[in-house]
Amino acid sequence: MTPIIEAPGETVDPRAGTNEEHRKKLERAWSRPGRIFGFFTATTHTAIGMRYIITAFAFFLAGGIEALLMRTQLAFSNNHFLSADRYNQIFTTHGTTMMFLFAVPMMEGMAVYLVPLMLGTRNVAFPRLNAFGYYMFLFGGLLLYAGVLTNTGPDVGWFAYPPLSGPQYSPGKRVDIWAQMITFTEISALCVATELIATILKMRAPRMSLNRLPLYCWSMLIQSFMVIFAMPAVMVASTIMLLLDRTVATHFVNPAAGGDPLLYQHVFWFFGHPEVYIIFIPALGFVSSIVEAHTRRGVFGYPAMVLALAGTAFIGFGLWVHHMFATGLPQIGESFFTAASMMIAITSGIQIFCWLATIWTGRVRMHTPMYFVLGFIFIFVMGGLTGVMLASVPLDWQVHDTFFVVAHFHYVLIGGAVFPLFGAFHYWYPKMTGRMMNETLGKIEFWILFIGFNMTFFPMHILGLKGMTRRIYTYPPEMGWDNANALATVGAYIIAIGGILFIANVLSSRKTGAPAGRNPWDAGTLEWAADSPPPPYNFEYLPVAAGRYTMWAPAEARAVVTGMRDDRREVLVTSIMDAEPQHRLVLPGSSFWPFLTALLVGGGFVGTVFGFNWYYPTAVAAGVGLIGWFWPKAPRDLRP
Amino acid sequence: MSGWRKGIPGGMLAAGVLSTACAGHQQSALDSAGTQADRIESLWWFFLAVLSAVFVIVIATLLVSLTRGHRGVNQEPLERTHVPSEETERNLGRTVGVATGVTIIILFVLLVASIGTGKELSEIGGKQNSLIVEVTGNQWWWNIRYLSEEPSEILTTANEIHIPVGRPVMIRGLSQDVIHSFWVPNLHGKRDLIPSRVTTEWIEADHPGRWRGQCAEFCGLQHAHMALWVVAETEPQFEAWRHAQLQPAAAPQDADTQRGQQVFLNSACVLCHTIRGTSAAGSVAPDLTHVGSRLTIAAGTLPNTKGNIAGWIADPQRIKPGNHMAVVPVKSEDLQPLADYLESLK
Repeated sequence: MTPIIEAPGETVDPRAGTNEEHRKKLERAWSRPGRIFGFFTATTHTAIGMRYIITAFAFFLAGGIEALLMRTQLAFSNNHFLSADRYNQIFTTHGTTMMFLFAVPMMEGMAVYLVPLMLGTRNVAFPRLNAFGYYMFLFGGLLLYAGVLTNTGPDVGWFAYPPLSGPQYSPGKRVDIWAQMITFTEISALCVATELIATILKMRAPRMSLNRLPLYCWSMLIQSFMVIFAMPAVMVASTIMLLLDRTVATHFVNPAAGGDPLLYQHVFWFFGHPEVYIIFIPALGFVSSIVEAHTRRGVFGYPAMVLALAGTAFIGFGLWVHHMFATGLPQIGESFFTAASMMIAITSGIQIFCWLATIWTGRVRMHTPMYFVLGFIFIFVMGGLTGVMLASVPLDWQVHDTFFVVAHFHYVLIGGAVFPLFGAFHYWYPKMTGRMMNETLGKIEFWILFIGFNMTFFPMHILGLKGMTRRIYTYPPEMGWDNANALATVGAYIIAIGGILFIANVLSSRKTGAPAGRNPWDAGTLEWAADSPPPPYNFEYLPVAAGRYTMWAPAEARAVVTGMRDDRREVLVTSIMDAEPQHRLVLPGSSFWPFLTALLVGGGFVGTVFGFNWYYPTAVAAGVGLIGWFWPKAPRDLRP
Repeated sequence: MSGWRKGIPGGMLAAGVLSTACAGHQQSALDSAGTQADRIESLWWFFLAVLSAVFVIVIATLLVSLTRGHRGVNQEPLERTHVPSEETERNLGRTVGVATGVTIIILFVLLVASIGTGKELSEIGGKQNSLIVEVTGNQWWWNIRYLSEEPSEILTTANEIHIPVGRPVMIRGLSQDVIHSFWVPNLHGKRDLIPSRVTTEWIEADHPGRWRGQCAEFCGLQHAHMALWVVAETEPQFEAWRHAQLQPAAAPQDADTQRGQQVFLNSACVLCHTIRGTSAAGSVAPDLTHVGSRLTIAAGTLPNTKGNIAGWIADPQRIKPGNHMAVVPVKSEDLQPLADYLESLK
């Protein structure tokens, strides 16, 4: 069964001319049924990845509108644009949306789309799980917004500290909806993490040993392990402690009955801090990819970059307490967490230095993605440095829960994740659509976003030091906060203009953009070997890695895999370390069951918000769904 | 920076005592008025100087690197290898190594400075002659008790803390309901008030003045309107204030305030509020024994004027929607005497 790796030219040179019949057969094997029904059966990673990206972007827009509403309310003192209740719902929904429905799913969607292409394979390891994860995410997001639109939006902050979020101080269903939405999105995140780890470790192109793995894939591998360790913690906090306290009257975090509200904070931040890195580490992968292509050399210090990513992930689990410095913990513990929080600056610093070294020695080409990378470095370094300030316990006592912190984390999250993401959109758009985005418009977008961003968030540093606390819906005029707030509000609208231009660019370039071809940036990694946009089977012949940057290797050094069957969904499984071919795996085809299972399980989850008895039908429904999902089918060869 | 300090003057609610006192200095971490805040402010300027230098160096390096070998969008065909020479890579390795080493050294210096300041802060409190003030967070006001060995010396007030200059004061933090956070930035950083726990913080003012504090942990609907004032005064002034506060409420002196007292005692007010020296002994809302002596009402929401008191009683839900003060029906002709009475409780 061992497939043969053949150098082109020996038997058949696949690149000498496309083999039309081969392509048609692959197309048949990998396509989903047409029709509307067929839409829900898709399992190819490009389809699911694109759905993640579009859905997460829609939530990003919703979160952005919420941000504009908040900034409008805070534009001047004693404003009555929003009521206290409405404002509290909006800031909670904004934080929740951006963290759970935009940032994490967007990073996952990009990875679902890109990782198999970069690895030179045809799909993720568990295509149906992938589809299931997407639907869970979608249903979770719909649940939250169903709440928001019926005035049942959560209003206790995206962290939902008890006892405020407990049954006594937050009656009604608002917090239950929030907590259950977490369950949905965390299941989705775990699905993606699982399949990415399996895909990256076992489905790489032959000869793509681990030390040849693209840095973006490294970042997703490391991020996926973080997801697996972090997400269960938030499910313990929100789904077990909080939701059970609220629905079946347990007392995990109810101080009145001997429960401990600080326990919730510890568990929540054990997830909450790594969450930031879960969002940010994939962005570092984007940056490495863009820098490589635009400096026309490999990123300097590949081993250092990988170790720094892994170091960030490890340390990221050891500094959650810096969110709790004001709770009055023992001093020795605080010193430990100060040191740990500062250590993260070392690993981040190493990566910044390596990129600077790459740019220093590379031959820089200034396209839009590169603008976003440079903007990222500017903003993220500043956010990282204010992070060092927050690591200091005495400084944190002053600026914790003020607008200084709001400024800090928007610098690290927008600067550290959204700017690279916009760079990534511009960078991979040609791959996803087959057309280039408009460069001039792209650069205008960048400058508008960059100026708007700094205008919005830089004044917040000063506001925080001047005593403006977070999560207040209004403030009196004599505080002297009016000018900075007005400036921030203007900045927010400028950001919105940048966003609209980006959308316009995406939509118009789809029709009018210059055709991109396979490798418009002359980049080195394997996704650029596929057609743009990639067909459902990605590669006509699976590529073989020829170094870290196969596309930069001389043509005679590149090889492809032949001998794979084209009448079923066959992929190559390779060894973990050296990516030696091991066997051919047949992936499951299109199926309606992931959608149906998600619908049944999701319906049950929503039901449990209203009555715990829904738990029982949910369990049965999930069982039915899984039986259908795994119902054995005779292999294709044996069918007549 | 001065631009940030200018407040818009006036405003309906700002009239009165506050407008003269405030222009963005009275709730600021950069205008320290106490030993603790002063140490933190020094640490802040040190961190800011060091980290700004780092920022400038990194960005300067980035900008310089862009001017090197930058050949524009249209370039000649690439070399096939895309690999810089080994010597270049060795030099880069050394530079990145040195930069990482310098980063570690800078972080270590900052760590030592931070822990040093933390240690100093922890050693300031606990001196002789200190005062213990118990602050209990409530949705959305502060209950203040001055503790004493002597039960007759324990005094209760709300939303305003008076402290003597130069004397260490321990804030003993409690919460009645959800988590709040006590923060008076001119004096010290914040400390959470957590139900079922006791947290402590030491403050010490180094000159007389009035500073505003605000709840810093989101505590529900009216989190935005949960402020308090700290008034630092000389020792004799403080003692005078303390003695006055220990007295029961002054008996009404004229017919108008007598009527006001009757309105108060015959309405639902007494179910929640206490006025020592009368039969009002409710315990779930601010103690009003000396409410007339305070700077503000409704936890820092309104300046303490007769008009604001009347407006607040008439419709507390309009001014601070969702707060736990019920709308107590008071006849319109009773409202003025009631406000007069409360205002007379100096």
